[in-house]
Amino acid sequence: MKQFFAFIKKEFFHIWRDKRTLFILLGMPITQIIIFGFALTNEVKNSKMAILDFSKDASSKQLIQKMSISKYFDATSVLYNYQEVEPTFKKGKVKMVLVIPQQFANDLQHGNQAHIQLICDGSDPNVANTLSTYATAIIKDFQSQLVKEQKLPYRIETDIRMMYNPELKGAYSFVPGVMALILMLTCAMMTSIAIVKEKEMGTMEIILVSPLKPFGVVIAKAIPYMLLSMVNVITILLLSVYVLDVPIRGNLILLLSEGLLFTITSLALGLLISSITDSQQVAMLISLMGLFLPTTVFSGYMFPIENMPIPLQVMSNIVPAKWFYFIVKTIMIKGLGFQYVWKETCILIGMTLVLFGLSIKNFKTRLS
Amino acid sequence: MMPTLQLIIIPMAADYEVRNINLAVADHDHSVYTQQMVQKIKSSGYFKLVNYSSTFQEAVTSIEADKADIVLEIPAKFEQNIVREDHASLFIAVNAVNGMKANLGAAYLQNIIQNYNNQIRTKWVQFPPVPPQTNITVSVSNWFNPMMSYKYFMVPAVLATLLTLLGTFLTALNIVREKEIGTIEQINVTPIKKYHFILGKLIPFWVLGLAVLTIGLLIMRFGYQIHPVGNVLILYLFASLYLLSILGLGLLISTYADTQQQAMLISFFILMIFILLGGLFTPIDSMPPWVQKLTWLNPVSYFIDVVRMVVLKGSGLSDIKNHIFVIIGFAIFLNSWAVWNYKKTS
Repeated sequence: MKQFFAFIKKEFFHIWRDKRTLFILLGMPITQIIIFGFALTNEVKNSKMAILDFSKDASSKQLIQKMSISKYFDATSVLYNYQEVEPTFKKGKVKMVLVIPQQFANDLQHGNQAHIQLICDGSDPNVANTLSTYATAIIKDFQSQLVKEQKLPYRIETDIRMMYNPELKGAYSFVPGVMALILMLTCAMMTSIAIVKEKEMGTMEIILVSPLKPFGVVIAKAIPYMLLSMVNVITILLLSVYVLDVPIRGNLILLLSEGLLFTITSLALGLLISSITDSQQVAMLISLMGLFLPTTVFSGYMFPIENMPIPLQVMSNIVPAKWFYFIVKTIMIKGLGFQYVWKETCILIGMTLVLFGLSIKNFKTRLS
Repeated sequence: MMPTLQLIIIPMAADYEVRNINLAVADHDHSVYTQQMVQKIKSSGYFKLVNYSSTFQEAVTSIEADKADIVLEIPAKFEQNIVREDHASLFIAVNAVNGMKANLGAAYLQNIIQNYNNQIRTKWVQFPPVPPQTNITVSVSNWFNPMMSYKYFMVPAVLATLLTLLGTFLTALNIVREKEIGTIEQINVTPIKKYHFILGKLIPFWVLGLAVLTIGLLIMRFGYQIHPVGNVLILYLFASLYLLSILGLGLLISTYADTQQQAMLISFFILMIFILLGGLFTPIDSMPPWVQKLTWLNPVSYFIDVVRMVVLKGSGLSDIKNHIFVIIGFAIFLNSWAVWNYKKTS
């Protein structure tokens, strides 16, 4: 046991000496949380809008005024004919053109019927859809201001409650995802590279002649990274509570122990990778391909899983991060207890055991 | 191999369109109207009915278990209230952990209910329902992507991202590898000039990057049936300039790092910030102003922008001339920094 701790201590020295790596390992969660929390949002606002007003009367001015004071649109340019629309879009800044036909006010007052055309830059379908929805809503609002609308008969009213996240903050779904990503990265990637590095440099042979069992050596290498990951988990949680105002609604101990479980899963993955590779570059490529990409794509925090084609949906089930993401979301954001996540926890434990089994098997054949 | 796989998987996965919203209905009324309404919601194509129960509790449980995204509660005497009291209310509870989906989902649902409401109204009010009132019709047309397919938007940008990842990682790791193994000493004792060495390292990767771009464009053309509207040569011109700057970034990282592990982490760290803030997943326009200013320093955002503009909108050279100047600036700056910082003697 004493030897074992000596090894762990040695590994800590390794990490401690490499200040740049340490700095990035600890700084990564902080930057990610800040980027995700403040910069990344799917909310569409301040979109640049161009105006093609053939009418130029009081009503059209009013409507334009109303559109530009809303937080969704910034009227940035004025066009004079249809030929200008395409070049404007091609320059890339303007996302929507509002076209008001001639005699808009006249049509409104006398014909009771007027037309408005919205031309959206559809290259981002989501933004285009959202913008046209917002614009239509503003126009409808403008219309109902014109007619003091009388109460319609036979109304159905709707009362909406946004559960768990009334302000619709993006951070609520990003924080658990970032956690899964960071843990995968520090634990699996760093462990595998640290072990393969010794193989590549030839120092592994020296360590293996020490009285500690080979598997003990490897575990000793993994433990410091496990501790680092737990530090990261705590940093992420602190930042999300105090900086992003994302509450931890569930049981903190439960959350931390699930975090520990996932750390061990990633560790097992890292060991497996290190046992099948010999060079750092290969280990890195496998980690990127086999861990980082699936974690981002399939855990469900970036891309909605239910929209994926069925084969990909099935594939997403073998990605541990998907289950961890679900667990964290349930405990942290929804504030539910263990009875809602026991199935997912069992799946994670199962995966960990399988991964450990595989890496032990591979390990023995390679290093004996 | 790796870029190909990514180019195939990510666009398939990255579909942000909100559909397949799982709906749980708690129906306390069980009348003809509720049947009609639920039918109408189901046939809209946006919603999938996963749970139809008589208690609110059961519906909420399905949200907690992540089975449902939205609960629609229909109160008792819903039909009666509409007919006799002139109004009835519905309660909608949305699982808002994913804010965007919640927002759009609720908006869709409200829209359908409004439609249904109009349907009932016209049925009950026989005569000119309401006095002829002012009406503005809005027609929407979406250019450049009439099918509103997300793939058109994602594939070009994913290609741009992959090129970035590949270029930076490979160059960053390559020189550090020589440092770590020690072979760099052998190169250092040769009379070769600093910038010769850097250029010599750069050119093979530059060719490799253009090859990857070609493969990517072929996949885009034949795999996804996306026909670039603009001139592909413009794309190549820009990509070759861009590759110079991004390879320069890789070189720069490698001159600072001592081990492959470090080089990998540093490039990963920088690229992660560049890509997340590059407009691949979320529009740059929605970011807060100070972040938008920061993206001016982000070469990735220029490339993603140009690829999308050329492929989808057919923008020409004059439309992207600013992008070109900026990218040339990046290339010169990053490469000279790398040459300056590369020391032959340690």
